[in-house]
Amino acid sequence: MSGSLAIRMRGVVKRYGAITAVDGLDLDVPIGTCVGLLGPNGAGKSTTMRLLTAQSIADEGELEVLSFRLPGESKAARAQCGVVPQLDNLDVTLTVQQNLLVFTHLYRIGRAERKDAIERALRMANLVERRDTRVDKLSGGMRRRLLIARALVHRPRLVLLDEPTVGLDPQVRQEIWALIDALRSEGSTILMSTHYIEEAQRLADTVIIMSHGRSVATGPPAELVMEHAGREALEVFGPPARLAEVEADAGAAGLRTRRTGTSISILGVDSNGYPIEGERRPANLEDVFVLLTGEEIA
Amino acid sequence: MAVTTAAPRRLGRLERPALTGVLVREVVNFSSFWRSSTFSSTVEPTIYLLAFGFGFGSLVSKIGGYDYVQFVGTGTVATAVLFSSAFPAMFGTFVKYKFQRTYDAILAAPVDTEELVTAEALWIATRAGVYGCVPMLVAIAFGLDPAWGMLTVPLVAWIAGFGWACFGIMVAGFASSFENFNYVVSAVLTPLFLVAGTFFPLSRLPEWAQVLGEINPLHQCVELVRHAAFGFDGWTDLARVGALVAFGLVLWRIAIYAMERKLVD
Repeated sequence: MSGSLAIRMRGVVKRYGAITAVDGLDLDVPIGTCVGLLGPNGAGKSTTMRLLTAQSIADEGELEVLSFRLPGESKAARAQCGVVPQLDNLDVTLTVQQNLLVFTHLYRIGRAERKDAIERALRMANLVERRDTRVDKLSGGMRRRLLIARALVHRPRLVLLDEPTVGLDPQVRQEIWALIDALRSEGSTILMSTHYIEEAQRLADTVIIMSHGRSVATGPPAELVMEHAGREALEVFGPPARLAEVEADAGAAGLRTRRTGTSISILGVDSNGYPIEGERRPANLEDVFVLLTGEEIA
Repeated sequence: MAVTTAAPRRLGRLERPALTGVLVREVVNFSSFWRSSTFSSTVEPTIYLLAFGFGFGSLVSKIGGYDYVQFVGTGTVATAVLFSSAFPAMFGTFVKYKFQRTYDAILAAPVDTEELVTAEALWIATRAGVYGCVPMLVAIAFGLDPAWGMLTVPLVAWIAGFGWACFGIMVAGFASSFENFNYVVSAVLTPLFLVAGTFFPLSRLPEWAQVLGEINPLHQCVELVRHAAFGFDGWTDLARVGALVAFGLVLWRIAIYAMERKLVD
């Protein structure tokens, strides 16, 4: 049935009053892969994450996590999942080690294995030297690493990462990416929500682009780019009036365009020599993202 | 990874490992703030005891056959229980839910709301059971005679503390902001605190206030502690214990309901 899937969602709907946050979502996370849930703010990514831990209960549809059916069997599923929340919820007056100790209990690690589990988590997050430091004395990057390590103390079969690098400095983001990449290479199964395109492109085996509560495209990042944006894009710079003209011409020629702030990108110009001067560049996931989720920010 | 084929598909309710997990978190956290918490939970009722005991005590020497200091000394046990259960439960729950988002972290682990609320209430009840004894110990230092019955006081304080902890969690569950607590403190806790028979016997109050007093769980606690020190009153006291247990059980279920509404959407 779903033996090779860590997560299986079919036709999942979640409404909050008049708002439909998740609107008929189908989602598969095969075991041993890292799936990135990419979408703009308000696309329903965080609600999807909450559904997977039964902190939100779906109005319609089927959800299975590690072949446990939700919400009824959610507790058994949660015992084998590690969750890294978007917002830091560490106990700030406790030390690094105390935070991990609490979670070895919450995740039911036996007395004999607790010490090893804590040591392993400390090493993984590179916080061995900081074990006795109170959390409120840690840097932002260290807190993030601890938040991830805390989710891994019990060697979960599935890791849920909700916007793992939101609001972090570029340097710290690299650190977190390295940590997630290490997890991937160990063969962990990961579902990661993000609105950073680069993050999805670098870390995810499969990207699911979400918009308005549903999945609008699924595939490996490179294939998504080929399929939706082609190989190359032509980026034309100029004053606004000129850009509008270029946009109209391209539209008339049956090509898709997207605004790129100060320029306009014409997509799918791979083979035909398009008669306009501009910079040719490889098409990227951002092109796909904007094409599929719309240019307007809700 | 361990072989998990034998894992049960649906885990039980109120599992011990889940309760332990939440309790361990509280105990470890307590180690970082026990000083301030112990200070506020014990000093405040002691001040009431001393202020009323010696202030009023100079005007009224005896009430219902007891020295006034002894009357108040036993009565303020209930005050200490209230201050160390209802208030921390209200504020602590709200802070952990709203500002620290602790409950998000706990509910992502194999812990359900029912277990979370139960463990939190058990922990607060235990603290109340200990802190509740402080005014009595102070009263002993000021001349209250020790009695064997006093050994039941921690248990009485624990049962009452559990009920008030659930009350506080329930209030936090229904509250949408900190400001809501003002209504509860002014309209519920302060009147109940005053008509509990702590500082003056209910028999002097108008009849409606006496009836109100009789259904006040704080009053049951006051009476039980007083009788623990001066002699139990058989079936009546047993009924009071029953009333406190019922209070605890009902509020426990309502607290779970309120928090489920809040935490799971």
